[in-house]
Amino acid sequence: MITVTHYLMLSAILFAIGTLGVLTRKNAIVVFMCIEVMLNAVNLTFIALSRHVGNLDGQIFVFFVMTVAAAEAAVGLALLIAFYRNKETLDVDDFNMLKW
Amino acid sequence: MLDLYLPIIVVIGIAFAFAIGSVVFSRLVGVKRYSELKMSPYECGVPPIGNANERFSVKFYLVAVAFIVFDVEVAFLYPWAIMFKQLGWYGAITMGIFIFVLVIGFIYDWKKGALEWE
Amino acid sequence: MENLVQEAIQNVNLHAVMPSLILSVAGMALLLVAVFSPRGKTAHIAWLSIASLIVAGIVTIMGWNDTQYGFAGSVQLDNFAAFFSMICIIAAGLAILMSDEYLKRENFPVGEYYPLILITTAGAMWMVSGTDLITIFLGLEVLSVSLYILAGFFRDQVRCNEAGLKYFFLGAFSTGFLLYGMALLYGVSGTTKVYDIAAYIQANPDTTTNVMFVAGGLLMLTGFFFKIAAAPFHMWTPDVYQGAPTPITAFMSAGPKAAAFAALIRVTFICLEGMQDHLTTVFWVLAVLTMTVGNLIALNQKDLKRMLAYSSIAHAGYAMVGLVAWNEIGSAGILFYMLVYTFMNMGAFAILILIGRSGEENLTLDGVTGLGYKKPMLGIAFSIFLFALMGLPPTAGFTGKFYIFAGAINSGYIWLAVLGVLNSAVSLYYYLRIMIFMYFKEPQEDYAWVKIYPATAVSIVISVIGVLYLGIVPGSIMQLARMAGF
Repeated sequence: MITVTHYLMLSAILFAIGTLGVLTRKNAIVVFMCIEVMLNAVNLTFIALSRHVGNLDGQIFVFFVMTVAAAEAAVGLALLIAFYRNKETLDVDDFNMLKW
Repeated sequence: MLDLYLPIIVVIGIAFAFAIGSVVFSRLVGVKRYSELKMSPYECGVPPIGNANERFSVKFYLVAVAFIVFDVEVAFLYPWAIMFKQLGWYGAITMGIFIFVLVIGFIYDWKKGALEWE
Repeated sequence: MENLVQEAIQNVNLHAVMPSLILSVAGMALLLVAVFSPRGKTAHIAWLSIASLIVAGIVTIMGWNDTQYGFAGSVQLDNFAAFFSMICIIAAGLAILMSDEYLKRENFPVGEYYPLILITTAGAMWMVSGTDLITIFLGLEVLSVSLYILAGFFRDQVRCNEAGLKYFFLGAFSTGFLLYGMALLYGVSGTTKVYDIAAYIQANPDTTTNVMFVAGGLLMLTGFFFKIAAAPFHMWTPDVYQGAPTPITAFMSAGPKAAAFAALIRVTFICLEGMQDHLTTVFWVLAVLTMTVGNLIALNQKDLKRMLAYSSIAHAGYAMVGLVAWNEIGSAGILFYMLVYTFMNMGAFAILILIGRSGEENLTLDGVTGLGYKKPMLGIAFSIFLFALMGLPPTAGFTGKFYIFAGAINSGYIWLAVLGVLNSAVSLYYYLRIMIFMYFKEPQEDYAWVKIYPATAVSIVISVIGVLYLGIVPGSIMQLARMAGF
């Protein structure tokens, strides 16, 4: 029997994987994908909980999260392209112009 | 009970008729001129043979960015479509405003030349 | 099913979103104006943006003391929201005033800049008036996504690209935490409406010890702490503030930060009221950490924009003292302080715009050597803003800090107020150092490239008036802040 707990565990694991990826990966695109994994883990949580508590608010929230994620993806890709055109690299270690 | 499914059967019928009809019709009426470009696996876009790690042109990203945004907005049309009858004119006008906002984005995209390939 | 539509129509109430609606419609219209205007012509877009900000401001002021509820309780335009909306409008207006000539000097006069500022402001206004986690989240994202673009606006400067990217990555990362927290809160209470969550907790007091609820609340707060740049979530701030276009840096440090504070106050004071004992501990630790980290690292900064970035972290720390107080004076103090901070910080950045050369490589301590003799008016204005940032009377910086620390003392946090004052004393060192370079060093340059741009000068004058007015006669505005506070 698969209960809401299983879904919550799965989404917590996904969220942790995403967070770890953001903190450890080097390529900016991969970091970006990890952020998307985090957002989708949240979506899964919302849908599971929406079913659990028995109202639709969570699913509505997911709609907005998806839209926002798309807008973020568009802006993020544009910023990445602009950076790549100037520096010819997407390694996060090369984001080093600004430093104290 | 069965008449509930009748519309679906009709739609399936129309779909088949259209698909078969257009293939047969273009075979009968269409002009056939074969060229090297036409015989290649992808008629447009990437060259079919070459290094698999080849870099894509940045133009693909531009199209992808526009696609992501417009594609996801369609998700909002779906709940409205389900409640289309109940919401009536109120829903139609609301979604009209929503689409209008997207059209503004589209005009911007177009005018900026993001839709031009060359 | 007819009543479904009826109910929807009754619930909407456009009055509740009128100011932000004006700004978003103006933003979209001006986007089209921008794309149909010839490249390089942006002045008319700037003026139209200012006009729409003024209209939105008038509508906001007319709605004072007339709380409007909209969208089935998702939006609540009350005095609190109106006050913060006005802060955002003022910040946006000042940013636009100082932008046009700056964009021309930096050789990137692109019209989309102004609609983006308007849309950022509209997002900030949704965020401050949101009483539903969905509205707060949407406002926050509208604000953030437009700011990502603005922070990386000069797409041919690597420095600017980097600022935009860093802001984007850290912003999106923190959004993940914020959302996960919201999801858990929803799971426990079964609603996303702020007041319904509060009612649920009132009905089930043991919720506050529920692991899922506590985890959700803390994750959501983490997301907000990223946005207000509280230590230890401040790492992005100096890089982004240094790399972004200067008017955007000024705007970011005032408007969006105030909006994040507003949402933070609303969510904590209503939703998480049951966790007050634990949360005040979290808040005071973070407030002390934020003040101290900001001020200590600012001490050895040479780059002026970066120094002001660390100073803005420290100021977020002072404002958080008002959260710790958790009383009426404390929350009114935060409102007042954010307004004061808007004037003094944006004024200081406007001065930096004027003394910067194209590319802004010269905005270091050495770059202002002897400025006070060569450009006396700029020197005086800069000194006023620096005095305000230090918190010295008769400027508004003093009254702002006074109210916040008074709130803390009222709640029995005398030692916290003492720590705040000690921190201000530390900050004297790096602010005064700028003035020493301005007045006590022989000028090596004649500052011939410094032109007094008229619109930027207007924004400086407005800021000076604001700083002095709020410093000398703070009573009436403080009265309004008290009416708006929780």
